[in-house]
Amino acid sequence: MKKLLVYIKEYRKECVFGPLFKLLEALFDLIVPLVTAAIIDYGIANRDKTYILQYGMGLVLLALVGLTCSITAQFFAAKAAVGFAANLRHALFEHIESLSFTEMDQIGTSTLITRMTSDINQVQSGVNMALRLFLRSPFIVFGAMISAFFIDVRAAIVFAVVIPLLAVVVFGIMAICMPLYKKVQGALDKVLGSTRENLTGVRVIRAFHREKEEEQEYCKENDVLAKEQLLVGKISALTNPLTYVMINMALVALLWTGAVQIDIGVLKQGQVIALINYLSQILVELIKLANTIVLSNKALACANRIANVLEVESSLEQKQKNFLAKELPEETGTQNAGIQDVGTQNAGTQNTTTQSTAASKQTVRGQVVFDNVSLCYQGAQEPSIEDVNFTANAGDTIGIIGGTGSGKSSLVHLIPRFYDATKGHVLVDGKDVRSVSLEELRGKIGIVMQKAVLFEGTIRENLLWGNENATEEDLEEALELSQAKEFVDKKQNGMDALIEQGGRNLSGGQRQRLTIARALVRKPEILILDDSTSALDYATDARLRKGIQSLSYHPTVFIVSQRTSSICHADNILVLEDGQVLAMGTHEELLKTCDVYAEIHYSQFQKETRQNQPGNGQMAESKEEVTDRKEGGAQ
Amino acid sequence: MKKLTQLDTIKKVLAYIKHYWWLIVCSLVFAAITVVSTLYLPILSGNAVDVMIDKGCVRFADLKEILARMVIVILITGVAQWIMNIANNRITYFVVRDIRKDAFHKIQKLPLKYLDGHVTGDIVSRMIADVDQFADGLLMGFTQAFTGILTILGTLLFMLRINVWITLVVVLVTPLSFFVAAFIAKKTHTMFQKQSQTRGEQTGLIDEMIGNQQVVQAYGYEKKAMKRFDEINGRLKKYALRATFFSSITNPATRFVNNLVYAGVGITGAFFAINGSLSVGQLSCFLSYANQYTKPFNEISGVITELQNALTCAGRVFELMEEESEIPDKAQAEKIEVTKGNVEMDHVFFSYTEDKPLIQDLNLKVKPGQRVAIVGPTGCGKTTIINLIMRFYDVTQGSIKIDGIDIRDLTRENLRSQYGMVLQETWLKDGTILDNILFGRKDATRQEAIEAAKLSHAHSFIKRLPMGYDTVIKENGENLSQGQRQLLCITRVILCKPSILILDEATSSIDTRTEMQIQNAFQQLMEGRTSFIVAHRLSTIQNADVILVMKDGKIMEQGSHEELLAKKGFYSELYMSQFAI
Repeated sequence: MKKLLVYIKEYRKECVFGPLFKLLEALFDLIVPLVTAAIIDYGIANRDKTYILQYGMGLVLLALVGLTCSITAQFFAAKAAVGFAANLRHALFEHIESLSFTEMDQIGTSTLITRMTSDINQVQSGVNMALRLFLRSPFIVFGAMISAFFIDVRAAIVFAVVIPLLAVVVFGIMAICMPLYKKVQGALDKVLGSTRENLTGVRVIRAFHREKEEEQEYCKENDVLAKEQLLVGKISALTNPLTYVMINMALVALLWTGAVQIDIGVLKQGQVIALINYLSQILVELIKLANTIVLSNKALACANRIANVLEVESSLEQKQKNFLAKELPEETGTQNAGIQDVGTQNAGTQNTTTQSTAASKQTVRGQVVFDNVSLCYQGAQEPSIEDVNFTANAGDTIGIIGGTGSGKSSLVHLIPRFYDATKGHVLVDGKDVRSVSLEELRGKIGIVMQKAVLFEGTIRENLLWGNENATEEDLEEALELSQAKEFVDKKQNGMDALIEQGGRNLSGGQRQRLTIARALVRKPEILILDDSTSALDYATDARLRKGIQSLSYHPTVFIVSQRTSSICHADNILVLEDGQVLAMGTHEELLKTCDVYAEIHYSQFQKETRQNQPGNGQMAESKEEVTDRKEGGAQ
Repeated sequence: MKKLTQLDTIKKVLAYIKHYWWLIVCSLVFAAITVVSTLYLPILSGNAVDVMIDKGCVRFADLKEILARMVIVILITGVAQWIMNIANNRITYFVVRDIRKDAFHKIQKLPLKYLDGHVTGDIVSRMIADVDQFADGLLMGFTQAFTGILTILGTLLFMLRINVWITLVVVLVTPLSFFVAAFIAKKTHTMFQKQSQTRGEQTGLIDEMIGNQQVVQAYGYEKKAMKRFDEINGRLKKYALRATFFSSITNPATRFVNNLVYAGVGITGAFFAINGSLSVGQLSCFLSYANQYTKPFNEISGVITELQNALTCAGRVFELMEEESEIPDKAQAEKIEVTKGNVEMDHVFFSYTEDKPLIQDLNLKVKPGQRVAIVGPTGCGKTTIINLIMRFYDVTQGSIKIDGIDIRDLTRENLRSQYGMVLQETWLKDGTILDNILFGRKDATRQEAIEAAKLSHAHSFIKRLPMGYDTVIKENGENLSQGQRQLLCITRVILCKPSILILDEATSSIDTRTEMQIQNAFQQLMEGRTSFIVAHRLSTIQNADVILVMKDGKIMEQGSHEELLAKKGFYSELYMSQFAI
């Protein structure tokens, strides 16, 4: 919780002035009953009309000053609350962006989105309310009590008894409600999750005509939410009646004591009325305070949830620190040893990939070494990658192939450090990936993921993600290489054509090609294509590969694919199975030595299938006839 | 989207509230009790003050009786207030629940055209954040508007009984606060609207950036995302400050009017007291009435701003619910029990946007049991054909027939239950693996599910998961690979044993070895049944009976693999190219 206070620091002035002006206003409120008492006890008693008028105007003046103070206070409070919320949103967004995949997997996207939106809104109104009322209400309560003591000590004892009692009730209810609000928010999260899920899965849901069941499930969650809300509502609805009863019982007691005091001549009628006034002021303020507490309960629960997210430290950063602390001594040695390394680093910090490309042309760039690497996802029982060893020299093309779930993606995800190896080292350009900054590391890498994600904006804007300083020619070149030029040119506005959120107005293949172009714009040292041509037809895929091979800056290329045709030209092919490297070598070598590879290959090119894979014989009746023509095409 | 006027929105809200009339009656009755007893209390305490005029002449016997009566009134008020609160809570939360339910129901009915064309985050924000804001406003409105109005009326009556002139002072000055409040509310309405809009925009960005964090991080886009975020955040801050500040002026302004009333009552009351036509106790009663009379004005004005905000939010939800639904199924729809698998497309025209025709005059006849493959360059309309056959979209011209019946003459449920569909975009539900497999056939047993998983070759990876078939899949299966997700989707369909199978790039992320095995499984499963396969991998479709080669929304070539190769046309070109390196 304290963590969040940092974000309001900037508004320290507002946080002081807001309540201060509110207190001033409250002070004037406290004077009013005294003025009234004076009017009754002196004005009416002495039948003095000018006295009454003078004091009456005094009341009007107090009202005016009160108005000014209060508006000023509202302004400061609003400014601080809104500013705080804006700062908090900024901080939270920044923090979430820094979280690594491991944490994202754990927390879940939709939860994070609720934190960023409705939770922060609640906190904002909570702060606004707190600044205005948290000081004012207790101030009036105690101010009224003190004034009462000045009027008459015996009568004031009633105040002294009832106020603590009220406090116990109000805070007791608060303590009960706190955890319940958490539950309500949790239930709301679920409803939100279902809504999102339903929207993203419309096609499947409708295809299986599962709308009704989905609705039923949603209704259940919705009902749970309503139930939780009602429970909290029932308890917090007690606050007002309870306070009302207590304060008015105090009024009865006050009237009795007042009567006794008047009877012995200690008090006057007007003073008793002033005391009654104070009591009703206390009631009003306590009700406000109770409402404030209910609202701030909600806000506090939300604030805690936000703070929890802020407390989740990116495991990557943590590991980086640990790593540097532990292994820095030897690492510094390597860093200083190579002047080329420093050159790369400097160029990298200048933030222009083109420059770094030029600067480090002759240096070791793009070398990737896996040294006995294993990866076990958090919570998983078996490692996804086990004891992987290989070296990819600069400019090499590495093909990675294997069955679904064999760990291909996990393997390449280790290079840009989306996850950290749980054992062993991943080295890029001779340095452990954990020893360089993420910015520097990822700046060298262009990765194209399985899921082709594009963002709302123009095509150009999307391409510039790769490198914001890219020239027009760079973009054109990337489009051409990625085989996207044709369809982009066909668009009415060319590169300035708008892409809708998630790239909905493009087909899967178009999206894939654009994501490839985006990676190429970066002119990366290391290019990773993670099964990213699955939606492309063979012809396009082949042209694309040719283009990548002809790149002037010779990146090290990792191609993860299901198709042997995509990787058969690679310098080295890793065949993965169950997270382990089953075999390694060129296409020709593997065809001879690795059964699994051969099997994969022949499932795509059905030559010689019979000998190698008797089980698949029934698959194609016409294979043999086709084979000849296919071979003809292959040449 | 159609903009709703405030009046429309209010009408719709009222329609929802109507269902809970008994709660409203309950709330009203207890509100009335609360108000009357609350108003009676100052009279009693005024009487009490009047029996303690001066030193030595306090009438203790009368005082005791008055105080006893006060205790009873106080207790009644407390209980009535509590019951009223609970009734109001119920109304609010039930109404909100109903609105969410109906909105969700509406989403099920919205045409895909709408859903494809709108940002998910925006729809979600309407259903969650807006409804929440609306609930807050409604709750405040219920608790305070009722008692407020009743208090005003009640106070007026009680005051008139004591002194007409002072009442007049109160009645004349108080409406001021009402006008002030109404004025501010009107001014702030647009500010709240702007705030709401900007929030929606921000939610959209958050959704996009956090939803796709992998890419954002891979490209080091964090800073730029931050910049965009900050730009919207800055605007939101500006609008939020305006909305918050100007709406919060209402309170001080109305309180000021209160204080004027109080001063007015004090002065006139004192003059009447000098005349002797008003006792001091009655004056004190008046003073507390002056407070009570104006307080609801305060609250009502607060309620008005809150309700304004709530209405804006409700309006956004209702806008969504007002969207045109899909054309409903025909009342006397025809019914196919189990289709033979005759699919016919007859002079079909279709386009997503009117100005860009996509499918033009497409004709196709598929005989029962045929395996139809659709290939062609990306964007040629392959997926669109699937969209049309599934009736996710309706054709603009021509017709699609199954077993000779126009699919528009069938219910969607009947039509879609004939199909089994697997898409490239894998969607999985929150829940266990088993839940997901059973998605299409709830009545299937666990054993059947496992059998299906074995057929689809998903069994081997499922059994290696921490909890096997009971492993919980998180948020659209982020803890599974794309290929694993595809395998699950295929299992889901295998379990259904559909009459017509539709595979739209369904195996694109599965290795070819497994794919081939799955195809074998499908082949056995689909023996004699019709299937449509959209794929890029030509190896996937070679064995199809008919291959449709599409380009620019038209069928260019049609025939078996061998026939098409012999033609040496577009297909053979496509086919040969895969061997080029």
